Amino acid sequence: MPAVSKGDGMRGLAVFISDIRNCKSKEAEIKRINKELANIRSKFKGDKALDGYSKKKYVCKLLFIFLLGHDIDFGHMEAVNLLSSNKYTEKQIGYLFISVLVNSNSELIRLINNAIKNDLSSRNPTFMCLALHCIANVGSREMAEAFASEIPRILVAGDTMDSVKQSAALCLLRLYKTSPDLVLMGEWTSRVVHLLNDQHMGVVTAAISLITCLSQKNPDEFKTCVSLAVSRLSRIVSSASTDLQDYTYYFVPAPWLSCKLLRLLQCYPPPEDGAVKGRLVECLETILNKAQEPPKSKKVQHSNAKNAILFEAISLIIHYDSEPNLLVRACNQLGQFLQHRETNLRYLALESMCTLASSEFSHEAVKTHIETVINALKTERDVSVRQRAADLLYAMCDRSNSKQIVAEMLSYLETADYSIREEMVLKVAILAEKYAVDYSWYVDTILNLIRIAGDYVSEEVWYRVIQIVINRDDVQGYAAKTVFEALQAPACHENMVKVGGYILGEFGNLIAGDPRSNPLVQFNLLHSKFHLCSVPTRALLLSAYIKFINLFPETKATIQEVLRCDSQIRNSDVELQQRAVEYLKLSSIASTDVLATVLEEMPPFPERESSILAKLKKKKGPGAVSVAELEDGKRESGELNGGGERGQDAAAMAASNASTPSPSADLLGIRSSVPVSTTPASAGSLLVDVFSEAGPAAPSGAVNDDGFLRDLEQPTETSDPLLVEGSGDSE
Amino acid sequence: MRTLCGSSAANQQLERSWVRLRQGKLRLQKWFVPVSEREKKKVVSDMMMLLLFRQPRTCNFLQWKDLKIVYKRYASLYFCAGLEDQDNELLALEVLHRYVELLDKYFGNVCELDIIFNFEKAYFILDEFLMGGEVLETSKFAVNVSMEQADTLQETVEEYMSKPAY
Repeated sequence: MPAVSKGDGMRGLAVFISDIRNCKSKEAEIKRINKELANIRSKFKGDKALDGYSKKKYVCKLLFIFLLGHDIDFGHMEAVNLLSSNKYTEKQIGYLFISVLVNSNSELIRLINNAIKNDLSSRNPTFMCLALHCIANVGSREMAEAFASEIPRILVAGDTMDSVKQSAALCLLRLYKTSPDLVLMGEWTSRVVHLLNDQHMGVVTAAISLITCLSQKNPDEFKTCVSLAVSRLSRIVSSASTDLQDYTYYFVPAPWLSCKLLRLLQCYPPPEDGAVKGRLVECLETILNKAQEPPKSKKVQHSNAKNAILFEAISLIIHYDSEPNLLVRACNQLGQFLQHRETNLRYLALESMCTLASSEFSHEAVKTHIETVINALKTERDVSVRQRAADLLYAMCDRSNSKQIVAEMLSYLETADYSIREEMVLKVAILAEKYAVDYSWYVDTILNLIRIAGDYVSEEVWYRVIQIVINRDDVQGYAAKTVFEALQAPACHENMVKVGGYILGEFGNLIAGDPRSNPLVQFNLLHSKFHLCSVPTRALLLSAYIKFINLFPETKATIQEVLRCDSQIRNSDVELQQRAVEYLKLSSIASTDVLATVLEEMPPFPERESSILAKLKKKKGPGAVSVAELEDGKRESGELNGGGERGQDAAAMAASNASTPSPSADLLGIRSSVPVSTTPASAGSLLVDVFSEAGPAAPSGAVNDDGFLRDLEQPTETSDPLLVEGSGDSE
Repeated sequence: MRTLCGSSAANQQLERSWVRLRQGKLRLQKWFVPVSEREKKKVVSDMMMLLLFRQPRTCNFLQWKDLKIVYKRYASLYFCAGLEDQDNELLALEVLHRYVELLDKYFGNVCELDIIFNFEKAYFILDEFLMGGEVLETSKFAVNVSMEQADTLQETVEEYMSKPAY
């Protein structure tokens, strides 16, 4: 029997819910609902004025129907009427209805705002809290206009009750987030900051969220909060577990408050005042020390709360990026977590280390864990953890370990989930290019990428490899040879054909001397793939053919034969037809000099930023690619022509703070355009985003069959208690 | 925090010779940012699909689009929260736990049926605990006192039984 003894059970509602649950089919359910809706409609329209209890009951029923997933288009007026009732429960239901079914009917909004105003000025704390909650839940502009000036006053008034202050603080926060221009803090600033010193922990908890948000927008006005926050934090951290009474959570003192304080401190640079800074460092060291102590309780809640504070403290240390001692300790702590029993901790450790990896002080320390991370990549059962490991490998990659990391990422790619392959491909491409000392290794890597995950190799990647091959003389022969060998595989990906076609077209002459790769063999190899390819690829191949005619006059007859046949010159695709016809003509009437001039080797591409970085950034959102990487991207394009030493890496990395979002909008303001050439032109727009940005809509392919046949015949909703004593988080 | 939902775990039934998967039912949903109804439905169904296919013994965190999702299963219910980038995941796990504790304290050995039949109470308790996506009050004692005070303004069991049943 549901909790009737808790009072306020509306009997009609309970009966209705039972009826719905007993419906055997969707149609029966809809029928019952419609019957009820008709009943309620008639009651609302009826002559008799409904008493408060009935109104409350019907409004609640409507709410239930709405939450089941059906649309409700009436009842708002009755809900608004409930607001002006004096009975708490009726008000409560009225407010709940309005919060859930927000309505932009202006008439009602006026009435709602009126009711709220009455409640706010009623001096009854329970009513005031209800009103504040409603404002926070709805947070519309009209409400902001009506109440934005009132709420700060309530917040700082001396006679406001603590519970109301809490609600007021978070309500103001919500209004500020939605309509920042209407919330003017000017005169209230110092009083709000002073709330950090309040006796009541709940008030401090609520006020901090507000202050954190305000500090992010107006750091100067609120900077007095830093010292207050530090002293509050050190009081909590050094308190015994019994001091804070009800604010101790499983033997951890005030975890939420501690984390919020730490997050507030992340809005500011390290404090300049020596005493404050000293106290803060001491705090952080205490937190790090506590992590090494044996736990006070076996419950997972205790360790979660303790570790939540630890991770937040580590975030702060990373943000400051100025205390080498702390950074190294943080790194070691994370290193310990990398091999922890609990998957959650391994996941979070990998995530935190990513940000740690870009700090100059701890970069070396992070690299020492490379074996653990590679092991995680290979052996973790959870795909989200594997993905974090891949991210970390990407972040910790530098000259010394690039070959190893790229090799590991390539082998991971062979078995990776489809949803993350594209991102992995981009990352491997970026790393290969960035750390290539020997460009033949780069070419090998990209061709491997195409071989392993060809479908996910976007255009930017293979454009890039072609750009690089064209610009570097030393690798052209190697590229031609490798591509030739790769094309001989019985089933090779279309992207490979594109790359192969282009490179052989340009540099086939470099390997033509060898009888196994003489011109005719090369042509036959390419042409054998011709009919398997899509139109843009075929267009590219046709251009390669005309280049062959120029490079290898002995193949002219064969190739012209191909161009002349009907499937080319009468091809239904306009582009292909045009190319076939024009190339055929060109080859027949142009003298060798003219032909040589027209089909001269491609000149080196001008320096430009890597569009791959742009694509990765676009995929992951701003902040995913640190400033250092973008600057490196710019610099490395200057090396396409064999530029100088990359001595500025470390400085650039140190200069950037990876945890703040990179102001990258203007660095990559112009997307780099595709090389201007007759090939490779895909019909249609160039640099088109072939893959949409949608996240994994389908579940990853990790469904295994034994999962389905478990738990047969279990009831839909059980009456098992949700909290079972002694059940920890089963691993 | 952007959203908090509770949904029943899916039920797999063997009917004749094929297996039918019934998607979980949403028991509780709270949105802390303005989102259109269509968007809400889509997000919920996507999240439920992701959760239902999670293997056992995996971690409680997921990355989905630009949201971090933290979830935990309690008996037949999944509770999940959609977090923004800067939110602390472990703490969110404890937020979910604290919420279930609050429900437990109020209902006494709470089970899914309690949440179905007293859905409005579940929302009221949530309101005492979270506001605008932030933690409002972490003291279990204080929240309980609030709820008790509200309840003293209610009627008694006798009055309840004398109410109409329609």
